[in-house]
Amino acid sequence: MSATFVGMPAFPTAARAALADTQLRHNLTHATHTIRDKRARVVAELPEWEELRTAGAATKDRALLTLDEQLVRLEESLTSRGAVVHWARDADEACRIVADVAQAHGVDEVVKVKSMATQEIGLNEALAAEGIAAWETDLAELIVQLGDDLPSHILVPAIHRNRAEIREIFRRRMAASGRPAPDDLTDDPGELANAARLHLREKFLRARVGVSGANFAVAETGTLVVVESEGNGRMCLTLPEVLISVVGIEKVVPTWRDLDVLLRLLPRSSTGERMNPYTSMWHGVTPGDGPQEVHVVLLDNGRSHALADQVGRQALRCIRCSACLNVCPVYERVGGHAYGSVYPGPIGAILNPLLKGVGSDPQVDSLPYASSLCGACYEVCPVKIDIPSVLVDLRAQVVDAHRDRRVPKPEAVSMRAAAWTLSDSRRLARAERISGRAGRWLTRLAGLPGPGRRWTSARDLPAPPRESFRAWWLRTRRRGSRS
Amino acid sequence: MSAREEILGRVRAALADGPEVPTAAVPRRTPDGSVDVVTLFCERVADYRASVERCSAAELPERLRAAVAGERVVVPTDLDLDVPGSVVDDALSTDVLSAAELDALDAVVTRARLGIAETGTIVLDHGPGQGRRAITLVPDHHVCVVDASQVVADVPDAFDALDASRPLTWISGPSATSDIELDRVEGVHGPRHLHVIVVT
Ligand code: SF4
Repeated sequence: MSATFVGMPAFPTAARAALADTQLRHNLTHATHTIRDKRARVVAELPEWEELRTAGAATKDRALLTLDEQLVRLEESLTSRGAVVHWARDADEACRIVADVAQAHGVDEVVKVKSMATQEIGLNEALAAEGIAAWETDLAELIVQLGDDLPSHILVPAIHRNRAEIREIFRRRMAASGRPAPDDLTDDPGELANAARLHLREKFLRARVGVSGANFAVAETGTLVVVESEGNGRMCLTLPEVLISVVGIEKVVPTWRDLDVLLRLLPRSSTGERMNPYTSMWHGVTPGDGPQEVHVVLLDNGRSHALADQVGRQALRCIRCSACLNVCPVYERVGGHAYGSVYPGPIGAILNPLLKGVGSDPQVDSLPYASSLCGACYEVCPVKIDIPSVLVDLRAQVVDAHRDRRVPKPEAVSMRAAAWTLSDSRRLARAERISGRAGRWLTRLAGLPGPGRRWTSARDLPAPPRESFRAWWLRTRRRGSRS
Repeated sequence: MSAREEILGRVRAALADGPEVPTAAVPRRTPDGSVDVVTLFCERVADYRASVERCSAAELPERLRAAVAGERVVVPTDLDLDVPGSVVDDALSTDVLSAAELDALDAVVTRARLGIAETGTIVLDHGPGQGRRAITLVPDHHVCVVDASQVVADVPDAFDALDASRPLTWISGPSATSDIELDRVEGVHGPRHLHVIVVT
């Protein structure tokens, strides 16, 4: 069983621990740079990339800004195709629905496709409490689950583990949950993948209930879409008798045709491939093909709260490609665990406070500060989420939420200073220019003096970029690139 | 209040500021006359380390026989190609093959709905000659016959042609993972070997 993020320390404390782990940093640097390079190559193949980003953002906005209509339409389409639609206000309600369906079929196990939504609601733990084992079938999720570990990246959850560690996990832990690893297993990635294939195949062949998320849900047609690489998704979506899909309400898109833009953006931005190996699209029940009982759980769990935030609602456009993680200098150094959430990196730094609200949990309140505001995340985002602006706005919200305290916490003081600088575009421009100039001589940013020290001493910051994001933006825009 | 009413109510309240809904044109590339889509398709499929070959209709039976030589093969009941010695799967019959029975077979031969040149993708809509989804998933070797006339240039062209009411499987190369140190390994759970035969 995987661990959970409950009770994680605030970002600065967790980050300090992660920074001390050189193996972790080595793994992360290697991995993020590899994906970045691949992504840049395939994005450069499409001259229409910037227009695609604009279209992708508009497509998701069209859905989000008419979300009530789209959800009602999705429910109708799904129901007419033989699916049973459930609505879940929060994590507990969603877990209860899934457990009830599984129990109605008398099963003590389900097979699962990697899904952020089911991780977010802690489904595996909830099912375990009911005596139902939830087998993760994505290779990285399997590594995380067998290692009793936490995912650290949206796309490559075991990015923090190297091959030798994975071999050890397989050798020690596979036997307890099914077919053991072969005796002569080496740390060759091909052999490790084959061990996972053998271990999971018996589970796929016997499983009666499958659980998935969805990358997209089409209101017009009731189509659910799962984008994947290994074929474990197809196994879970096709072989069981019963399929339960937990779908965040922000996954809806209005029309079937909208998938065109999103499928051109997602694989290139995510794994750096022209197309991912497998994409499955299905609509409720198909007679004679695949699960004949299909449930869809529409999950709110804070999404409507995020939607009410006029600046932050754009975060719900996120298609979980993870490109923003791979370019983030903070993520590269501290890894995913420091964010204390299934959504790490720049998107996690805005999504978690938006979903949960600020002012009650210090861990959540620290996240909008887990950024140097360099702007690289915005530049790569395939749906143009302006993460730096949302971060700045959330910082101001955190400061407001803490304003009433008579003795301000040191963090709140530095937050206020940051908010002062960042809330005014001219001050921000000045601060960025200064740090950009200083960066030519400095290799590392010194910690802030005074009350801010506790925060900056945990951040082993890269040298500031030679050119600030704003300067770059103005320069490249003047050259005529699209915004 | 039901969860449904409560969620829809929260969503409506969240949008009470009446945000303007944006529109944006969806870009579409004008086909470059100098590029032969079938050649590009073959190159792009091969980029995923799938096997690709081109042949004439007359050569196809021999190519198919060679592709599955020595293997136990399953085919969908309505496949219009001759694969000697193959097991036939009929999705709507009563004695449909179980997952375990499919697992005991080595290969599957099907047609496709279309091919996408830009991305090297084959799309199955599980219509004629393609079978139900499980048969192209469980056996380890998928031989897929694509007619040159079925190859479209890019993803928007595929959406023009596809039927939204059918289940769809988009396949771009063999099953793969990069979960271990970002090292790409072909072959995890889906077919580890994809063999595309383009008939021109
Ligand atoms: S915020 Fe943008 S770049 Fe980051 S994961 Fe989401 S879609 Fe990708």
